[in-house]
Amino acid sequence: MPRSIEAPTGLSMFVYRFKKSLQTPDPYLTLFGVGLWLFVWWLLCEGLRVDRFDKIPGPVAVFSELFSRIPFQGISIFTPEYYEHILVSCRRIAIAFAIATGVGVPLGLFMGWSKRIRDYAFPILETLRPIPILAWVPLSILMFPGFEAPVIFLATLASLFVTTLNTMLGVDSIDEAYFRAAGCLGSSNWDVFKHVVVPGALPYIFTGLQISIGVAWFSLVAAEMVSGDLGLGYLIVDSYMNNVTVPMVIGMITLGFVGWLTSVMVRALGNWLMQWHVKALALQGR
Amino acid sequence: MNVSVPNFEEVAPSMTVSKSRGALSIRNVTKIYDPEGVNVMAVKDCSMEIAAGEVCMIVGPSGCGKTTLLNAIAGFHSITYGEILLDGELLCGPGKPKAEQGAERMVVFQHGALFPWKTLAQNVAYGPMVQGRLSKSLALEKARDMLAEAGLGSVTEKYPGEVSSGMSRRAEIVRALINDPKVLLLDEPYRAMDALTKSIMHESLLETYDRTKVTIFFITHDLEEAIFLGDKVHIVTTRPCQLKKTVNVNIARPRSYETQSSEAFRLLMEEVNEAVHEEAIKAFKAGERELA
Repeated sequence: MPRSIEAPTGLSMFVYRFKKSLQTPDPYLTLFGVGLWLFVWWLLCEGLRVDRFDKIPGPVAVFSELFSRIPFQGISIFTPEYYEHILVSCRRIAIAFAIATGVGVPLGLFMGWSKRIRDYAFPILETLRPIPILAWVPLSILMFPGFEAPVIFLATLASLFVTTLNTMLGVDSIDEAYFRAAGCLGSSNWDVFKHVVVPGALPYIFTGLQISIGVAWFSLVAAEMVSGDLGLGYLIVDSYMNNVTVPMVIGMITLGFVGWLTSVMVRALGNWLMQWHVKALALQGR
Repeated sequence: MNVSVPNFEEVAPSMTVSKSRGALSIRNVTKIYDPEGVNVMAVKDCSMEIAAGEVCMIVGPSGCGKTTLLNAIAGFHSITYGEILLDGELLCGPGKPKAEQGAERMVVFQHGALFPWKTLAQNVAYGPMVQGRLSKSLALEKARDMLAEAGLGSVTEKYPGEVSSGMSRRAEIVRALINDPKVLLLDEPYRAMDALTKSIMHESLLETYDRTKVTIFFITHDLEEAIFLGDKVHIVTTRPCQLKKTVNVNIARPRSYETQSSEAFRLLMEEVNEAVHEEAIKAFKAGERELA
């Protein structure tokens, strides 16, 4: 009987890949890149104390504050405020991203699929899209009560445009042959939508979602800076106003890290949903 | 040379006598793209009779309108004049310019159209499932059986992107056959393949044909392929597409790869080559794309 070799799955797969990647230069290059970046930052702000940069906190100041039990300027990983800011921002992002995806994906799918729906919606979308999110701030404060709703509205709006447009382009990208094949095989309109339009557009949808969650983060922070009571954007601007620069930089680094994490989560979900796509790309060596 | 309107009495009895199905009548079909605008005539007064269970090969220069004819039969495009009948039933004709798409006419596409997001088994099971003929689990079961029969038993759970082009093309033919079609419409399905893969594809298609006796409408510009596979080779003119000459391939089935080195094969090759070459030169002079 031929002996079959089982492909590793789950955790063992992860460990295998991790070990394998240690044999390539990639992780070391990444470490070197991060190290170089920190070194230049340190050199400018703390090592050489270059003019004007000396007012900016360097990496030593920032990280010793970040990991200090009694932070001098009020924010570290041991203060509950730090997590409150993160949590508030993440909650807003989760709501905004969920609304934008829930509306944007179906809207984009229908716009791509039906010429009539596109004729209705596309001109409006294209007119609203170039308006910068910051320009919406006054209007959103007038439209919605409190701090929460306007901020979420702004983040939703920004990511909605990206998601809708990418989804629509995703439907456009589907080869006509798949529609014809589906027709030949006796599909109803609903079958075509379910089995051709949705899965065919999925790679574009997830590219769009990765961009859209990034866009949601930066419009959220902009909104929090203008109108907010809590959140990472508020932390940054509030620290600046109160002349405490270390929490400002801590806020920025945290924002970058959390933003990257959410983007990774979206990508992982996409890869899990599109095994066929991942496998095809893997065979092309990508 | 133009072919006159076919004699209907000649056609009708053969359909009733024969138990097999899938007789196609293409009668005086003309297709003009954009009648208001540029007026490109792709097909002009083209008539062909394809008997039930026949392998009919359509050969002509690239861009001559062969695919237009196939699209009209499949129901992807409308026709301007004429009519197309399947087993005596009107597919498209006066008052009904575009045929409905249906599972009795299955198309196998030039570049392949297996859904890349479904496994081979899911692809094959798709037709019976959406037509409501089989439940999902039964359809999948039958799909796996049929794939195994076609020598694809080990890759039923793979996605099309993971298997070779030859395998995915064979799976596509299985996806068509599971619907028990009357006609298989193939549009240069082996165009992009190397000679070795192609020869395996040919033997596999012949084996399938010998088993099912389904009518095959096969577009190609590979002359050896046309003679090796076909009962009849219809040579069509450069745009607008018209029937130029029909060559009967009197080589017994089952055919094997050695057939291609026989004397009968060589003679047919000469006959077809001459007719096609004439069209190729015309196409070239007309500034059409070269005969690939």
